[in-house]
Amino acid sequence: MARLHEYQGKALLKGAGLNVPRGAAVSTPDEARRIATELAGPVVIKIQAWTTGRKAMGGVAFANTPEEAATAAQRLLAMKVGAFPVEQVLVEEQLSIEHEVFVSMSIDDAARRPVLLLAVTGGTGIEDRAADVARISVNVNGTADRDAIKTRLAASRIRADQQSSVTDAITKIAALARKIEARSLEVNPLVTTKDGRVMAADCRMTIDDYAVFRHSDLGIDIARELDHPPTRLERIAYAIEQDDHRGTFYFAQLPPDPEKPLIGFHGAGGGGSMMSMDAITTAGFSIANFTDTSGNPSVAKVYRAARIILAQPGLVGYFGSGSGVASQEQFHSAYGLAKAFLEMNLAIPAVIRLGGNSEDRAVEILEDACRNLPAPVRGFKKDDTPAKCAEVFAKLVQQWGSKPATMTRTVPAFVGAASAYSFPISGGRVWIDHASCDGVATETVLLHSAGLLRGEDRKPVLAIPEAEVATRDSDLIACEIECRRAGTPVVFVDLPILGLDDRS
Amino acid sequence: MAIIIDEKKSVIVQGITGREGRARTKLMKEFGTNVVAGCTPGKGGDNVLDIPVYDTVLEACNYAESYMGEPVDVSVIFVPAALVKAAAIEAIEAGVKMLLLVPDRVPVWDAMEIYAAARSNGARFVGPNTLGVLSPGRAVIGMIGGRAQSAREWFKIGHVGIISRSGGMTSSCGYYLGRAGVGLSTLVHVGGDSALGLRIPEVALMFEDDPDTRAIVIFGEIGGSQEEQLAELIATNRVTKPVIAYIGGAAAKEGTRFSHAGAIIEGGKGTHAGKVKALREAGATVVPAFGDLPAAAVEVLNRHNIPLQLA
Repeated sequence: MARLHEYQGKALLKGAGLNVPRGAAVSTPDEARRIATELAGPVVIKIQAWTTGRKAMGGVAFANTPEEAATAAQRLLAMKVGAFPVEQVLVEEQLSIEHEVFVSMSIDDAARRPVLLLAVTGGTGIEDRAADVARISVNVNGTADRDAIKTRLAASRIRADQQSSVTDAITKIAALARKIEARSLEVNPLVTTKDGRVMAADCRMTIDDYAVFRHSDLGIDIARELDHPPTRLERIAYAIEQDDHRGTFYFAQLPPDPEKPLIGFHGAGGGGSMMSMDAITTAGFSIANFTDTSGNPSVAKVYRAARIILAQPGLVGYFGSGSGVASQEQFHSAYGLAKAFLEMNLAIPAVIRLGGNSEDRAVEILEDACRNLPAPVRGFKKDDTPAKCAEVFAKLVQQWGSKPATMTRTVPAFVGAASAYSFPISGGRVWIDHASCDGVATETVLLHSAGLLRGEDRKPVLAIPEAEVATRDSDLIACEIECRRAGTPVVFVDLPILGLDDRS
Repeated sequence: MAIIIDEKKSVIVQGITGREGRARTKLMKEFGTNVVAGCTPGKGGDNVLDIPVYDTVLEACNYAESYMGEPVDVSVIFVPAALVKAAAIEAIEAGVKMLLLVPDRVPVWDAMEIYAAARSNGARFVGPNTLGVLSPGRAVIGMIGGRAQSAREWFKIGHVGIISRSGGMTSSCGYYLGRAGVGLSTLVHVGGDSALGLRIPEVALMFEDDPDTRAIVIFGEIGGSQEEQLAELIATNRVTKPVIAYIGGAAAKEGTRFSHAGAIIEGGKGTHAGKVKALREAGATVVPAFGDLPAAAVEVLNRHNIPLQLA
């Protein structure tokens, strides 16, 4: 679920017709001073961070003057929440609150419909007062049961002449959740003030990842549940996913355990990945990232996933394992992994469980292509359990000295050479070293080119129009790897990763 | 008998002319599924693997009834995620009573709308984000097994029903059980999303009513309440057949999602420990490691005098 900050949520609430406190999000003490001056009264300053309990961690401050506001903002903007610096604070008018109401829209998985939770004794600690919370029925169009809300409010101490406005506000919250396709939308508290206003004093919103494409106006740059703002690598990975919808690719970095050796994790299939993570954690490792490539991903996608995993510093090994009995053809993944390992001249042990359709071929491709790498690469099949693979992996890592290695990507010398034959593909270029293409090499290339190349003067050239190959990216990776296996490394598929390969 | 799908049920494929639809239709046919027609708007009149293609579900249903003499039992949907809602509601309104929604990334509010439409029309659906349903020796809908030959080799015929929240692990459970000599009635991947058509407890009730099924294996995951609801059904004797379960995600931490939208622990609910406890207290066998599942299943079947495979 893509999360929104409080100030973003309040802008949406305002757009939906609710009152929100006057104020603005700022990123410097000077701006905080300016906003406080404009508000001309006591203000509250709140860190904008994906966390609960901001008050308890000192992330909320009160100020009576613009100068105090600037000082408080300076302190809050220097805070860190977990590993992440606070980048913005929200400066708002202070409210004199009379009553607080807890309103939360979410999705009831069991009922497959939205549910609105309402407590007329809102505010902090609502989690511990379950008995106070009423479930209000909401239909799938976001229409809440007005009468049920009214009944609930009638039993509260909210002034009778305000109850209708509060009911309106609550129904608007439910409708907004539907409109923005929120997975959850919490306003806690919705308040009545002493001067007679009804206001959303705080809010938390998460949008359904899968619906973000319909809501570009929300400005969500990375639609993923993470417990932290996206890292550089997560952004790079997310961009790849957005460009390439063949199969799943998911990449999230996890907080490392400094006491344990750190490994790159590459799963396939959500359930199998989780099970494999349990196995590798039990074997004593700390997992740097969670990655899943499944659902019949392209070779290029698996390659890019492996490259991103290997871009994490401090890894002592690479562990790949998923469901183990994959319905997809596994040799595609083998080619993608082999390509990444070869380009990076892999210097840490890798164990990959490739069980499923074509597993024999997949393991042979991976192990054979990687046979001359500095570090060992071992492939396993469906009869090898994740626990067994984790055990083999632990042994290999130990023999290897449990040391992280710095790896840099190398491309063959003929890439970019004037003598090389080259044509563009989706996201990169294919390079063929014509100077080294003797009869044998050309024959090998053509054998594995899936009909995309033909021989001309005993050199491989495109057999289909350039425009037709320009939309593809994966087809010739198998050719590259097979040529290397055959000892004639004359083909290279250059697929530079934006943000990773343009930094040197 | 089996549940949801068998060789007698007639099946249509929505999105049959697409890359996945075409490839998976081939698998389904080769495995024995009775695919009678396909639908793709604008492609009416085409043929895919000798299967006639219609513009609308209604036309496909009319063809099946008037020319084949059999109403459509199941529609399998292979259309892009953003179009799944329209496709599913079209099938429901055309009178199809069982749907399989294969695509991943279906917006959750769309899934809820499909559910509301299904309920008011007496239809049910598996998914979204499901690998499918397979009844060994009978038929498959979706893509379990990948190839018909693999599916035949991997899954034996017998009396255990599998319900899994993970697609890959549906096949894994079936394969490892088969290797231990345990045959299956039906394998069901309920889907990885949070709002699903058929959930574990409902599929368990279908297995409870199926004479072919005599025990149930569950691959559960952290997050949501499906396993807890199943535990409730067992505790109240509405599911009386023996249940053997594994719950994945012991190492997962709260708040982070691991691929499946449904597999997220929120507000301390849906934890690994909570699910294991609920199931055990209800009387289910819960194995600590996935690798223990086949042996535990064999032990339970033997204890209940259930033959491992179809005699």
